[in-house]
Amino acid sequence: MASYTQRKLVDRIVTGLCICAALLAIIPLGSVLFYVTKQGIGAVNWDFFTKLPKPVGETGGGMAHAIVGTLTILGIACLIGVPTGILGGIYLAEFGGTRFSKIVRFSADVLTGVPSIVIGIFVYVIIVVPTKQFSAMAGGVALAILMLPTVVRTTDELLRLVPDALREGALALGVPKWRATVSIVLRTAAPGIATGVMLAVARVAGETAPLLFTAFGNLGWSDGIGSPTASLPVQIFNYSVSPYADWHRQAWAAALVLVALVLFFNLLARLLVRDRSPAR
Amino acid sequence: MTDNLANPRITARTMNEDSDRVSGPPEILKAKIRADDVHAFYGAKEAIKGITLDVAEKEVTAFIGPSGCGKSTFLRCFNRMHEIIPGARVAGRVLLDGSDIYDAEIDPVRVRRRVGMVFQKPNPFPTMSIRENVLAGLKLNGLKINDADRLVEESLQQAALWDEVKDSLHLSGTSLSGGQQQRLCIARSLALEPEVLLMDEPCSALDPIATARVEELIHELGGKYTIVIVTHSMQQAARVSDRTAFFYLGELIEYDATDTIFTKPSDPRTEDYITGRFG
Repeated sequence: MASYTQRKLVDRIVTGLCICAALLAIIPLGSVLFYVTKQGIGAVNWDFFTKLPKPVGETGGGMAHAIVGTLTILGIACLIGVPTGILGGIYLAEFGGTRFSKIVRFSADVLTGVPSIVIGIFVYVIIVVPTKQFSAMAGGVALAILMLPTVVRTTDELLRLVPDALREGALALGVPKWRATVSIVLRTAAPGIATGVMLAVARVAGETAPLLFTAFGNLGWSDGIGSPTASLPVQIFNYSVSPYADWHRQAWAAALVLVALVLFFNLLARLLVRDRSPAR
Repeated sequence: MTDNLANPRITARTMNEDSDRVSGPPEILKAKIRADDVHAFYGAKEAIKGITLDVAEKEVTAFIGPSGCGKSTFLRCFNRMHEIIPGARVAGRVLLDGSDIYDAEIDPVRVRRRVGMVFQKPNPFPTMSIRENVLAGLKLNGLKINDADRLVEESLQQAALWDEVKDSLHLSGTSLSGGQQQRLCIARSLALEPEVLLMDEPCSALDPIATARVEELIHELGGKYTIVIVTHSMQQAARVSDRTAFFYLGELIEYDATDTIFTKPSDPRTEDYITGRFG
């Protein structure tokens, strides 16, 4: 009986430690969200979403151009990074098993660890220098490169979790392999892949360093995807290092909007994927 | 056109080795599938060592034998599913209605539409409803469906599942019980109107009651389709099949009417296996 009491005690202690660790992990997230909301909510108003920044000294104004700029750059990044990443992941999981696929998988893992500023400089050299122009396009390419390894590896991992029985089931119905891959394997893994893609988007949405060298920033509306473009992270950076209290407030507001944007995309992706599965 | 003779090699062997038996094996009137010196490999390992055998049309043929004897591998040679495993290949000929499905001109995808398969573990598509699962074969192949409702009902009726699911066709295929899922998989195969149905230990993941239902179903379907079933259970082979082939170590040991195999086997290894001395 003594050993049973002892075991119960150990069980309680370890459970308690796990709960503490979980709380510790949530505290930073909770406090960031709380602090950003507290500091930012005051400066978020209709003008913030619709107006351009006012010159220094005047209060008010907004960051409409930076919100649109961030969405543009993210859009370009997704258009390049998501299809490439998912197709790459499909290749690794469904058609891989070769020496080449091992090299690709290893490269993707290495690319995950490359600092984002290095990618920014790389894109600066291959796009900004030849075109002699900072642009949303260059920013989008930089973010696409950043999200690529995450998308490739999540797709790869999640497709490999789909049981072979489903692949065989589809093939045995006389379904061509490409169709079985798209309609059965990819479809089954879709919720997970969508989550992975959203995590990748969320990760790059807040990237500042690679955008400094590529999209650069803009105090007003961009002239198009071939021109310098403002983005929320760069705007937050510029405003927060400025000496003006009003700009600091705007920076907090921009931070709140950025966090909300990422959260919104996350929820949207989950809803879109969930609605298409049949009821249990 | 296929000739009506049973495979001469098998006939000769069983006849020769079985001198004291009164009757020979029942003749196969029409061979739906004829395997001709089939070898199957996993890399360098030869899992099937040259098997020749005929499968009779609209009968149930059972493949029995101990684990690893190659019966499932051999079955998967009949719809070209063996070759999807990396490094796996097949040598020899498999004639379906007289034409070789391993001919270079033949698209394996076409073969699999004519030869359906049911697997060991039920594998309904989890992202599809019961109804969508039944129609999956046609939809994924881009085939036109004239009367989907009727096709769904007919296929599920044939698979003896209709009464249990007719009010819940929109539910996920994976919400069903194991036995129901397996019958759903059978319905999914039948919706494509296959000529042959291959079953790879279809009941091994099911409880006894579900097994009994599926066995009953196999027996019923036997008159309409050519069925080849791989099974670990000799009782199952005895219950559902017309003919039984016994495999051992990648070779066909004996192939005969099921009654004969279980009452008067001609090879001592068959007798040892069915009496439970090994396996």
